[in-house]
Amino acid sequence: MKAKHQRLILIIAALIAIIGAGLIAAWTLRNQANYFYLPEQMAATPPAVGQAVRLGGMVRPGSLSTQADGVTVNFMVTGNTDDAFPVRYHGILPDLFVEGSGVVAEGSLGTDGVFVATNLLAKHDENYVPKELEGMGSAQAAQMAADTTIGLTQ
Amino acid sequence: MIAEIGLAALWLAAALAVLQMVSGALALRSAEGEANPLAIYARPAAVMQALLAGLAFAMLVWAFAVTDLSVKLVAANSHSMKPMIYKLTGTWGNHEGSMLLWVGVLALSGGLIALFERRLPERTMGATLAVQGFVALGFYAFLLLSSNPFERLPVPAIEGSGLNPLLQDIGLAFHPPTLYAGYVGLSVAFSLAMGALLTREVNPTFARVMRPWVLGAWVLLTFGITAGSYWAYYELGWGGWWFWDPVENASLMPWLAATALLHSVAVLAARDALRTWTIMLGVLAFSMSMLGTFLVRSGVLTSVHAFAVDPERGAFILVLLGLYIGGAFTIFALRAGAVAEGKRFSFSSREGALVFNNVMLSAILAIVLLGTLYPLVTEAFDVRVSVGPPYFNPASAMFAIPMFLVMAVGPLLRWKEDSPRRIRFEVLLLAVILIGVIGLVSFFGQFALLPLLGLGLAAALGVAAFLPLRGRKLTRVPVATWGMVLAHFGIAVSLFGMASEGAFTQERLAAVAPGGSDQVGDYTFTLQSVNPVAGPNWTAIEARIAVSRDGGTPVILTPQARNFWSPAQSTSESALLTRWDGQLYAVIGNQAADGRWQIRMWWKPFVTFIWYGGLLIALGGVLSIIGRVRVDMKRRKAVSLGDERRADLEALGTAPVPAE
Repeated sequence: MKAKHQRLILIIAALIAIIGAGLIAAWTLRNQANYFYLPEQMAATPPAVGQAVRLGGMVRPGSLSTQADGVTVNFMVTGNTDDAFPVRYHGILPDLFVEGSGVVAEGSLGTDGVFVATNLLAKHDENYVPKELEGMGSAQAAQMAADTTIGLTQ
Repeated sequence: MIAEIGLAALWLAAALAVLQMVSGALALRSAEGEANPLAIYARPAAVMQALLAGLAFAMLVWAFAVTDLSVKLVAANSHSMKPMIYKLTGTWGNHEGSMLLWVGVLALSGGLIALFERRLPERTMGATLAVQGFVALGFYAFLLLSSNPFERLPVPAIEGSGLNPLLQDIGLAFHPPTLYAGYVGLSVAFSLAMGALLTREVNPTFARVMRPWVLGAWVLLTFGITAGSYWAYYELGWGGWWFWDPVENASLMPWLAATALLHSVAVLAARDALRTWTIMLGVLAFSMSMLGTFLVRSGVLTSVHAFAVDPERGAFILVLLGLYIGGAFTIFALRAGAVAEGKRFSFSSREGALVFNNVMLSAILAIVLLGTLYPLVTEAFDVRVSVGPPYFNPASAMFAIPMFLVMAVGPLLRWKEDSPRRIRFEVLLLAVILIGVIGLVSFFGQFALLPLLGLGLAAALGVAAFLPLRGRKLTRVPVATWGMVLAHFGIAVSLFGMASEGAFTQERLAAVAPGGSDQVGDYTFTLQSVNPVAGPNWTAIEARIAVSRDGGTPVILTPQARNFWSPAQSTSESALLTRWDGQLYAVIGNQAADGRWQIRMWWKPFVTFIWYGGLLIALGGVLSIIGRVRVDMKRRKAVSLGDERRADLEALGTAPVPAE
C-alpha cells in the first residue's frame, strides 16, 4: 500500500466516524432533548408519559402542600391562563422556592396526569437564575416563557 | 498606585507581544542559517512579557489581599470580613481576574518556551513565538479594551459586596488555576504546531519538543477536571459527580482533544507517522480551549461559572475565536498538502490501535460538542431545550466502549506491523474477565446496561493495564512505560468508581423528628439534634446525625444549611463519611410543619475511586514527563560528549595511527 493510499484511508475512516457521531448525535438529540412546556401547553398537548421535559411557570399561592411522609410536596403551576397544572416533587425544596415565585420543574408526566418533578430550579440569587426565568418578576414569568417558546408545540 | 502599576505592566506586555510577533515573523522570512537583525528580539520579548504579565497579576492579588475598595473589581467581588484565603483566591473568582490569570499563564508558558527550547531550528522557533505573540495580543486587547481588572471607582466603596458563597471554598484555590494552566498550556502546542506547519518541519524532533507541553497541559487538565468534579460533588449537595453542565463539558472537550493529541504526538516521535493528523489535533485542542473560554466567559450560558453577562465581551471573544481558529484551519488547509508523507504502518499494529482510539476520542468530542451547542442553536430559533444525561451517556458510550476495548490490547501490539494471533492468549484472558464479571454481577441483581458494562470493562482494563509488563524485568522498565501503565490503570479505577456509583447507590429521603432514626444501606442514622451555628460570614442550622454501620460505633455527621449575608445566599453543606469501600453523603433540608426535618442520605459504594482514578491518570502523566525528560537529558549529554570527543580528535590533528 502506498503512503498516499494510507493517508486517504485514514481520512475516510476519520470522516466516517465523525459523520457517524454527528448522525447519532442528531438522532439522539431529537429523542432526548428536553423541551420546555408551559402549563397550558402541557394540558393541551401533553408529552408522552415518562418523556423527560421541563415545566415552567408560577407556583400558585395557597396550592403548596406537604404529604404525610414530610418529603413529598404537591403544588400547582400556572401560566398565562387560569389553567393550572399539578406537580408532585419528592425531595428537598430549593431555598428560594416559595408560593408565587417562578419555577422550572424538570421531570416527566406521570400516568395519573400529575407532573412528577425530579428537580426544581428556582431563582437562586441575583447572579444565578434559571435561563427560562431570567429577568422576570413572578407575574411576568409565564408571559416571558410564552414569548420565547413559540412554535414549540406543533 | 498598585492598580496603576498593574495596568501599566499590562500595556507594556501588550506592546512586547507586538514586538514578539513582528520579530518572530521576520525570522520566518529570512533564509535558514542567516540571521535577521530584527529576529533576535522574539525570545527576550517573550520572557519580558511573561515577567510583566506576572507582575500585573501579582498587583491584582495584592489589591485583593488588602481589599483596596477604590478598585472596582475588588469592591464588586470582595469583602473586608472575608477570611484571607478567600480574599486571595477571590482574585480569580470573577470575570476580569480570571481572564488576567488566563493571560498571565499564556505569557508565562510563552516565556518558558522562549527561554528553554533550543532544539528547534531558529525559523520554526521564530514562527512559533510569532503565533504565541499573536494569540497573546488578542487576549491583552480583550482585557485592556473590554475587561480592565484595574478600573478605579470615582469614589471608593465603603464595603465590598462579597464573593459568591459557592466559591468560598478551598476548591477555588486549585480548580481554576490548574484548569487554566492546562487550557493555556495547549496554546504552546498550538503555536508549535503552527510554527512547524509554516516551516514544514513536522518531524520526530518537533514531536519530542511538543510532547512535554502536551503532557503537562494534559496532566493539569486531568487534575483540574478531577478536582472540579469532587468540588461540585460535595459543594452543591446534589450527590452527583458529573452533571454534563455546559461548563463541565467546556473543560472535558480540550481534555478529549489533548488525550488524542498526546497519543498521536507519541506516534510521531517514535515512528514519524501521523504528521498532519498531529498538527490538526494540535489546532483542535487549543480551539477547544478557546471555545471553552468563550462558552464560560461570554455569558451565553447561565451557570455559577459565568460571571459576566455582557454581550460586548461575548462578541469580542467570538471574534478572537473566529480569527484564531479560522486562521489556523486556513493555514492548515493551505499547507497540509506540503507536509511530506510520514511512515506507513499496517492496521494491526500499535499505530493502528492508536489511530482507532484517536478517531473514537474525536467522535466523543463531536458528541459532547454538538450536545453542548445544540441548546444555543435552538435558542436562536426561539425553542428552549436542555440536553442532559439521557443524551450524553448513551451517545458517548457508543464510542467509548469500542475505545476501551482497543485500549486494552493496543499497548500489547508491536509498532509497524503485528499479527493479532501473537496476542491471542491475552485477548482471550481479557474477554473471559469481561464476560465473567458482567455475568457474575447480573446474576446477583438487576442493573442498568451502562453501569454493568462499566464494571466489566473496568475489571478487564485493570488487568490489561499491567499486561505490557508481562515477561519484562520490572527494574528495567522505562519510567515512561510505568507512566502509561499507571494512567491506563487509572482509567480502569475511575470507570469502576463511576459504574459502582451508578449501579449500587442507595438513597433515603425522609422526614425525621429529633431523636428519630432511619436506615440507608447498612447504615442506621439517628437525628440527635438541630442547632443554629455561625461562621465568619454566615449563619447556619446544623444537624447532628449519629450514623452506625451494622450496629457498630456511631460516628457524628454535621450537615448544614448555610445562609451567607454578603451576598445574601443560601448553600447546603453536605457532610461526608468516607470509608474505603464508599462514602455516606448527608444533606439537611427544610423543617416540616410538624417539626420533623428533611434528611437526605446516600450510600455510594466506591464513589471515591472516580477521583482516585483521576489522580492516578494525572500521576501517570507526570511519570511520563519525568521519563521523557530524563531520556532527553541523557541524549543531549551523549551528543555533547560525542562532540567533545570529535573536537579533541580534530585538535590532535590526524587520527592516531594504530601501533604496528
